[in-house]
Amino acid sequence: MAVTEPVAPAVVKPTTTNDPQSIADQIKAKYPDAVESLSAQGIVIRRDRLPDVARFLRDSPALSFDYLNNLTSVDYPDRFEVVYHLSSISRGGAPIALKVNVNRENPTVSSLVPVYRGADFQEREVYDMMGIRFAGHPNLRRILMWEGFEGYPLRKNYHEPYYEEEHKPFGTRWDQGHHVIAEDRNPWHDNVQYPPDLDATTYKPPRDEIRTAGIENVSVTKLRTDKIVLNIGPQHPSTHGVLRLKTTIDGETIVAVEPVLGYLHRNHEKIGERNTFLQNMPYTDRLDYFTSMANNHAYAIAVEKLMGVKVPERAEYIRVIMVELTRVIAHMSLLGFLYNDLGAFYTPLLYGLEERELVLDLFESVAGSRMMCNYMRFGGVARDLPEGWLDRCQYLVDERLPRVLDEMGNYLIGNEVFRARTKNVGILPRDLAINYSTAGPVLRGSGVKYDVRRAEPYSIYDRFDFDIPVGTNGDVYDRFMMRFWETQQSLRILKQALKQIPAGEIMTGKKNYQVRVPKGEAYGRGENPKGELGFYLVSDGSPNPYRYHVRAPSFINLGTLNEMAVGHKIADLIVILGSYDVVMGEVDR
Amino acid sequence: MSYGLGVLRGMGITMRRVVKTYLGDFRHLGRPLDPKEFSRRQSVRGDGIITVQYPEEKLPVPENFRFVPFLVYEPTLDENGKPKVDAKTGKEEIGYERCTACGICAKVCPPQCIWIVRATTPEGKPRPQAAEFYIDIDVCMNCGYCAEYCPFDAIKMDHDYQLANYERHVSHIYDVKMLMKSTTYHAKLHPTDWAREQQESKAKEAAKAKKQAVAS
Amino acid sequence: MAELTKPEPIVLVNSEEEWLEEQVRRSVWVTSWDKVIDLVDKLYNWGRRNSVWPMGFGLACCAIEMICTSASRFDISRFGMELFRASPRQADLMIVAGTVTKKMVPSIVRLYNQMAEPKYVLAMGACATAGGPFKEGYNVVSGVDKFLPVDVYVPGCPPTPQALLYGLMQLQAKIDHQSIRDVRWYKSGEADGIPEPVLGPDIFDPRRAEEINDLTAHPEKLQARALKIQTKLEHKAEKLAEEKKEAASKPAAAAPKPPEPPKT
Repeated sequence: MAVTEPVAPAVVKPTTTNDPQSIADQIKAKYPDAVESLSAQGIVIRRDRLPDVARFLRDSPALSFDYLNNLTSVDYPDRFEVVYHLSSISRGGAPIALKVNVNRENPTVSSLVPVYRGADFQEREVYDMMGIRFAGHPNLRRILMWEGFEGYPLRKNYHEPYYEEEHKPFGTRWDQGHHVIAEDRNPWHDNVQYPPDLDATTYKPPRDEIRTAGIENVSVTKLRTDKIVLNIGPQHPSTHGVLRLKTTIDGETIVAVEPVLGYLHRNHEKIGERNTFLQNMPYTDRLDYFTSMANNHAYAIAVEKLMGVKVPERAEYIRVIMVELTRVIAHMSLLGFLYNDLGAFYTPLLYGLEERELVLDLFESVAGSRMMCNYMRFGGVARDLPEGWLDRCQYLVDERLPRVLDEMGNYLIGNEVFRARTKNVGILPRDLAINYSTAGPVLRGSGVKYDVRRAEPYSIYDRFDFDIPVGTNGDVYDRFMMRFWETQQSLRILKQALKQIPAGEIMTGKKNYQVRVPKGEAYGRGENPKGELGFYLVSDGSPNPYRYHVRAPSFINLGTLNEMAVGHKIADLIVILGSYDVVMGEVDR
Repeated sequence: MSYGLGVLRGMGITMRRVVKTYLGDFRHLGRPLDPKEFSRRQSVRGDGIITVQYPEEKLPVPENFRFVPFLVYEPTLDENGKPKVDAKTGKEEIGYERCTACGICAKVCPPQCIWIVRATTPEGKPRPQAAEFYIDIDVCMNCGYCAEYCPFDAIKMDHDYQLANYERHVSHIYDVKMLMKSTTYHAKLHPTDWAREQQESKAKEAAKAKKQAVAS
Repeated sequence: MAELTKPEPIVLVNSEEEWLEEQVRRSVWVTSWDKVIDLVDKLYNWGRRNSVWPMGFGLACCAIEMICTSASRFDISRFGMELFRASPRQADLMIVAGTVTKKMVPSIVRLYNQMAEPKYVLAMGACATAGGPFKEGYNVVSGVDKFLPVDVYVPGCPPTPQALLYGLMQLQAKIDHQSIRDVRWYKSGEADGIPEPVLGPDIFDPRRAEEINDLTAHPEKLQARALKIQTKLEHKAEKLAEEKKEAASKPAAAAPKPPEPPKT
């Protein structure tokens, strides 16, 4: 019976720490001129040596940095800095940071796509947001903004149309805060700004480019047929939000898929750099709006890393309970959503959403909002649990959720139509899953035993007894089952946490709106239901982050869509996409 | 595994749910708006979730619920210690406003949707009161920071979510008149909070009295 | 016992014409044209208000609350609105649930144009209403009403399902008050729909193209505008400050007792 399929006990334990010094020494031994400088913040590599060093780090058996966690860039007054976070799947541990300095006049770095294919989308994002060119990138075009947009928004000298001041809080709000709506501040009376040479009456936007390179001669049948480009989205009932898929099909068979993103690009990072550290917390709720508690947690971890605050015991337990409840409802809804994509319209989803409502009630009574919890603070949580909360939660975790999960497993997994439609569909092999930097259930569905909760235990996850389930084939069925098994494991954690939760403080220090964050940088991450959610923060000692970058798991996972979908029928594309569980708020940010 | 059994089992479970729902309804026939039964059915102990018949029934919101902030004022009390009610507007008369225009809410607000003008004395010195206070609820993200960090318990989160209307340019910018709500209202929404405030003010008064006694 | 008296015969008609008139009055319902239209309106609106089919169209976070509204607990089908149509051609209502970005808005306008009349737009949440917390972003449209006529605004971030239901009830009330005499879709000479905005160096509305050209060609005009805004803002602040001063200097306005700040 699939429901009780055994999962191997957890064996992944971090054994070595990724010490920058020893890694730099090993790089120096191979390429004496490659390392420019070294600090606790990372290893600065010479620009022209980057691909060599990356390949060496990946292929050297002793190091085996085979996983690119995060790729981003920082705009300093004198230079751009491209930051790569690498880690090893087999060894675990905190990722190391490689950095490359790029001059501002002609910012070019060689692309890492040949080494880590997961760099594809992330490099495009850096190009889009900061204008750094990646030599050798196969498809260097804008990814979040549209082709033809003027300016590179995340550069410090880019000012948006409603620009008021560099940092919040704005001086116009107090103590002479006469209300002015933002439109009135802009000469166009709208959120726009145009270059002086724009001729609006004759302007023609650049043609939507269809990539045909490499697929001209692909034919799936013996008949010579024409290929058709089918545009799915951005408004489509099955794209889980505003995602657009440029699909090239030959008959019914997919030849190429290209996700077009940015339809929900809400400038999270630009706004995040204007905000203070504390003000970013409610914005993280809106990243992956299904899992706001988990987002809060990852962000709090990143900032606490910088601040060096210790979280009280009770607060840690509350955090874990909240995050695991979030994981349960996110995964249970996905079980329904995937069935929705398969054509079983709404009924399975309703069963998932029903339990979600009850958990949301719990969230609402403790955090104040159903979805946008904004519950965690640096050094604790916002408020203590109300009376009777734990009893309700206990009943839910002990009795109700296992019962409903069993029921769902009973009628969802055994369904033959479901099995026929998902088994051997959208296969992502193990090595590709790692190379593409996928995370979460997508990575583990391909048989990679990598979970941030075990690889780099944060919070108090090292105290709990739980397994990391892995798939075998890496197909849609495995990814579906990953959600199911992970829900079971989350319930295990919840049971332990509810038993052990102590009384006591919920916050270190006094509640203060002026958070002091010392100078430095940190990459904090947590295992979100969708995968590894990371926050890369650079603080210059001021109340606002100098750089605020989100490593969004859904965004990077989507890079494998072409790999999975090619060769399948068009109807399978929807199912494959559903198995990622993408949330566009996080993909586009 | 013979083909089709899994599908049938799924259908069976769905069918069982359908029957169970109707059975539940029959059992509670004749008292559809029983509040006790309603809260049991909506809690974790109900079987499934029964539809809330909005607007006749409403799902109660918890005390911590947050939806658009409001400002708290202390009403004038009459001789019986009851708040005086203005006959014209039907609202309680403003005794004094708790807000001191310290500006913390405006500073901590993530989308910067609060505007405050601090009142001045005739000599032009700042006075601890808000002359103007605006909240643009079209920018507000209901995060609750203003209420959380207010040192005077002057700004609280409202529970009234029924705000839909046909116009936004005027009615969605709340000024101080619209924002001011009496402590009676606040005490009804946030009983725990209110009890804590009362306790604190009593403790403060006691401390003051003690101090005076020591001084005299 | 009361005495029974024979009732007098009631004479209804005196002549054949009168009889005819009486027959017409009895069996034919004569009323004013307005009243007929009112009745038709009532019937027509009753039908429409209870079968508003929304478009299955979610943009961001609010869409999840929209899904919850249609799920079992809040059950939007009690209002006859459960049929989320995937095609704009079959939908009556566009629930703009989420942040409207510049990249998305041409598609939204196109979808709106594809909807058949009578059609309504409900802006759900702060973002769709006016940009919300993301208003300051460079890729966010300051409210979908910059391009589409919005019928109901539902504030909140995100509005709870009950808040959305309340908004839908407001929409029903709006439908109730419409009359076929003056509704948009029975008027002749209707426009062809809203021109789609163009994604250039920044988004622009083709209806404003002339103005944009004028201003980009003459930077001094733009500067003058900016200056005007600046002076207007300053003027506004000054005026308000003066008013405040006047009000404060009046002796009648006794300053209320300021509360003591809590000692920390």
